Amino acid sequence: MDITFLLNGETVELGGVSPTYTFLEFLREYRGLNGTKEGCNEGDCGACSVMVTDGDGARAINSCILFLPQLHGKAVRTVEGISGPNGELHPVQQAMIDHHGAQCGFCTPGFVVSMAVAHLNGDTDFDTALAGNLCRCTGYAPIIRAAEAAADVPVPDWIKDDLTILDGRHGAHPLVPDSSDALAAILLDNPDTTVIAGATDVGLWVTKGLRELSPVVFLGGCEDLKNIEVSATEFRIGAGVNINELGALMDEYHPSFGDMIRRYGSLQVRAAATIGGNIANGSPIGDGPPALIALGATLHLRRGDVRREVLLEDYFIAYGKQDRAKGEFVEAVRIPRQEDRLKCYKLSKRFDQDISAVCGCFNITVVNGVVTQARIAFGGMAATPKRAGHVEAALVGQPWNSETVAATRGAWDKDFTPMSDMRASAAYRIVTARNLLTRYFMEDSGIATNVLEVEA
Amino acid sequence: MSVGKSLAHDAAPLHVTGQARYVDDIPVPADTLSLAFGTSSVARGRIVSMDLTAVRGAHGVVAVLTAGDLPFENDVSPSAHDEPLLSDGSVHYVGQPLFLVVAQSHLLARKAAQLAVVEYDEATPILTIDEALTADSRFEDGPRIYTKGDAGAAIEAAAHVVEGSMEIGGQEHFYLEGQAALAFPQEGGDMVVHSSTQHPTEIQHKVANALGVGMHAVRVEIRRMGGGFGGKESQGNALAISCAVAARLTGRACKMRYDRDDDMMITGKRHDFRITYRAGFDDDGLLAGVEFVQYARCGWGLDLSIPVADRAMLHADNAYFLPTARIESHRLKTNTQSATAYRGFGGPQGIVGIERVMDHIAHDLGVDPYEVRRKNFYASGGSISGKMKQQTTPQTTPYGMVVEDSISAELTAALIEKSEYTARRAAIADWNAKNPVLKKGIALTPVKFGISFTLTHLNQAGALVHVYQDGSVHLNHGGTEMGQGLFLKMAQVAAARFGVSTDVIKITATDTAKVPNTSATAASSGSDLNGMAVQAACDTIRARMATFLAAYHQSDVETVRFEGDGVVIGKVRLSFAKAAQLCYENRISLSSTGFYKTPDITWDRIKGQGRPFYYFSYGAAVTEVVIDTLTGENRILRVDIIHDAGASLNPALDIGQVEGAYVQGAGWLTTEELIWDEKGMLRTHAPSTYKIPACGDRPDIFNVALWDGENRVETIYRSKAVGEPPFNLGISAFMALSDAVAANGDGYPAMDAPATAETILNTVMRVKNGV
Repeated sequence: MDITFLLNGETVELGGVSPTYTFLEFLREYRGLNGTKEGCNEGDCGACSVMVTDGDGARAINSCILFLPQLHGKAVRTVEGISGPNGELHPVQQAMIDHHGAQCGFCTPGFVVSMAVAHLNGDTDFDTALAGNLCRCTGYAPIIRAAEAAADVPVPDWIKDDLTILDGRHGAHPLVPDSSDALAAILLDNPDTTVIAGATDVGLWVTKGLRELSPVVFLGGCEDLKNIEVSATEFRIGAGVNINELGALMDEYHPSFGDMIRRYGSLQVRAAATIGGNIANGSPIGDGPPALIALGATLHLRRGDVRREVLLEDYFIAYGKQDRAKGEFVEAVRIPRQEDRLKCYKLSKRFDQDISAVCGCFNITVVNGVVTQARIAFGGMAATPKRAGHVEAALVGQPWNSETVAATRGAWDKDFTPMSDMRASAAYRIVTARNLLTRYFMEDSGIATNVLEVEA
Repeated sequence: MSVGKSLAHDAAPLHVTGQARYVDDIPVPADTLSLAFGTSSVARGRIVSMDLTAVRGAHGVVAVLTAGDLPFENDVSPSAHDEPLLSDGSVHYVGQPLFLVVAQSHLLARKAAQLAVVEYDEATPILTIDEALTADSRFEDGPRIYTKGDAGAAIEAAAHVVEGSMEIGGQEHFYLEGQAALAFPQEGGDMVVHSSTQHPTEIQHKVANALGVGMHAVRVEIRRMGGGFGGKESQGNALAISCAVAARLTGRACKMRYDRDDDMMITGKRHDFRITYRAGFDDDGLLAGVEFVQYARCGWGLDLSIPVADRAMLHADNAYFLPTARIESHRLKTNTQSATAYRGFGGPQGIVGIERVMDHIAHDLGVDPYEVRRKNFYASGGSISGKMKQQTTPQTTPYGMVVEDSISAELTAALIEKSEYTARRAAIADWNAKNPVLKKGIALTPVKFGISFTLTHLNQAGALVHVYQDGSVHLNHGGTEMGQGLFLKMAQVAAARFGVSTDVIKITATDTAKVPNTSATAASSGSDLNGMAVQAACDTIRARMATFLAAYHQSDVETVRFEGDGVVIGKVRLSFAKAAQLCYENRISLSSTGFYKTPDITWDRIKGQGRPFYYFSYGAAVTEVVIDTLTGENRILRVDIIHDAGASLNPALDIGQVEGAYVQGAGWLTTEELIWDEKGMLRTHAPSTYKIPACGDRPDIFNVALWDGENRVETIYRSKAVGEPPFNLGISAFMALSDAVAANGDGYPAMDAPATAETILNTVMRVKNGV
């Protein structure tokens, strides 16, 4: 069965390709489209960004960790397709020239793609839109000037891909099941199958780990895993919901979580990565689980037709070990509706697009000046995302004041024995974990604690 | 005239459409082979056995080479012959190339390279400055020392003394285009090499030695790099040599590029330093004497460490007159990547040292650091018109060079005004008093940066210019394009000489067959050196054309003018194309080389005396920051810069250099942290763990202006070099962070670099405890 997609407006049908052949490699080694660059081969620099359009619209994706089957039935534009069919410059291209936005030019194709996507979507939050594109020459200022200058220029017609061209030309691909039932059947038959959603993690197994993955299955076709259901009592978020979509939901109900999501990976990564993948890979430093645990989330798991639900905090058993049987997959995560008391604090060397050294999420309920409930969870502090049970116990039932906060001091060492690595020392982790509770208390008391809100 | 105009980068239309071609984009024959190194997993020892059976048997592998398979020289070093391309049996750092895989694709070569089974006899690696000092592991016999007067006595006699020590981290270049090379074998054993290099002549030289041929048999070409920053001055040698050797062996085109992780594991970085200091000064903060000891961690090979460490010593004064000084420099050998050139070439580390001293003095006296800096500036010596004011007593640097062109006082005064420094400093103090958790800081730091290669013979350049009979111009010179816009600046010079627009000038790839014996495009020298060579070549042709055209039109040669896309000869006006055609038809040579060597420089690096620099470039920055004292998180809020580019050849390009350099310099001292583990393994070898500034890290308010003045010495159109000097402006971000930390207590922060959130928090806690 062929993989079919639109490339710069032309239909491409590929047979017999390795399912872990990256789109960047396809472009450069096979297709001779050399405008898209490889900067890091791990999705961290954005030089390989391409524009992918599907039923949900257009987004920028890192092509170095994008496998060809992920494009099945979609449209993709490279920098060569950002220009018009007769070589007309896209407004962002012209603006980049006019505002001296390119120096060495190597990151420029990726920037141009990200800028064109933002331009198409009417997105003018350029710091967020371009956080996933690194430039070492310009200091970014002229690129932002270019993005601002182009914002009001009309979107050119050629940039909008017409997916109807593909109608009837792409059927279900055996590696890209179109429903969770089909996925469940595949995993039941072949429990050792590697499940690939956005490939923002698995992609590196291939590009950096140089692993051969077989068999694999891609989740991208399972539309029924991409639903967000909002009821009076809960949010049910399908495992295939991408992180940007989760962020949009949280912006409304738990804005601190939404703010943290804006610093989770980059726009490119969040557009590919799913909440299911973020949880299922079991990383101790993923940013989704601490927030979800603090919200009391539960996980829906499915194997064949057997479904079960576990508390998310119980899903993480030990480093690299989760409560998931062979052939079982994450179907959804459920968050109970509640008053918003959640604050998410992500500490990393760089604000944007960095992996957390410490990610602390606090959900503390105070009634009449007394703590009635506390759910506190951390990433980066243990081998798994972990609740601060002793600290919570030290808070509940106590008056909500600085003395109570200070009195938790001894509890932290009982909850966490963090390690030192290239992101932070153990000492920094434990000190800041404690200090983040202080931050939560002070923020609650109306004291300025967020450097991002300060102006000159 | 084209010079002085803010023209857009010549390749911008190619950059934004993806058509700009880098080495890995060059179309190649279908049977082109790809290369990858197998590298050492230990930091120090000897190879006991290396079983490459699985590598050779891997899918797609054509050949596997070890040191014994190399036909001639096994060396990639720029001069010292101490860096084998492939290990000679000894191992000196984690990541050192041991063998070379030649395979059908990049991915297959990388996969095969993982399959070697290597046994080592491991020795204890020397990794840190302290370990190197203990083991007396160093380059050169002992420390290099420059002295001016008796600094020790002056410090002893001074009213006040501060002393301290500071760690300054290294820096990964993180050029977006990794190292890359491509070799095409030619008839008769000749070789054509495309290399992403700042130094094509060195690539030519090293490839020739590796192939056992003369330099004339090797042609090296580079149209553009995707960033260099010094990281492609010597670090491309290994790839180019590998490609050439493999191409010769197989008779097929060979290319090699490092995957990002390999690039960061294999190649050298900025030297990290420890600088200890002692300074004596009076009640006003005026310096009496300063002593520095600079410890540079050079890694395992010599590479360019000697001139880097020298330049750190040469910038230990920065913009300040040191009445007496003693600067001692240790070049330490460690089992890590061989540290290499990086924008500023040691200068920034030296400047950080003296800026720390200024900051420490101000804290000690309880005064605004700007006041201490201002009092110690070199006396102004040059007016902005380029004419020299008479100095009563010439002020000399610690290396005996008279500083004649200082504009630090005027430039910083203008910046103080423009940035509203004084009012903002007061407002920040108020703000800090009201905010218990967040603290702001502000700092001004200046830069005075010496321009010229300190190895004097490198200060030469060549150009080759052809005027064709249709009036179009082919321009070539020895400089390389890495994004800085050198090619456009050179085209602007050529266009100005011929009185035509830059559209007429074809900018062509740097090519060792067109201009020989070039120096690296480094030391910010690209425009200064090549610009004068281009001017010389153009003027030779222009003089021939003028002489002929004057005679032809029976006019005086003095009256011939090249302007407005034409040539005016008395009352006759010809288009430039018509003039070129006429010259051609009358058998006038329309091709010329041009040559330039920097005048007036002499330097004895052993004595530490002379005039190593033709002139200095100046600038200053004011940075305002905020820190969170609970976590160390921080932001740059506002930056104001005035930078001296002389009479700028292209203000837009120069402002671009300043903006980019500031952010890169601030990155060096804040989020960019290189971490090696106890085994000598670099743990930060990818952008996932090594954090260069991202878009959101640029200052919210970022005001950059060029100083209105011209170079007082005769450079190309009185412009000044601009590549490296503004990198040092990022130091103001570090000093502003230090200022914010100081708001938390009475102790002096004495913060180390980089000021990561963790370092800032630790320093805050120390200051709060009054240590």
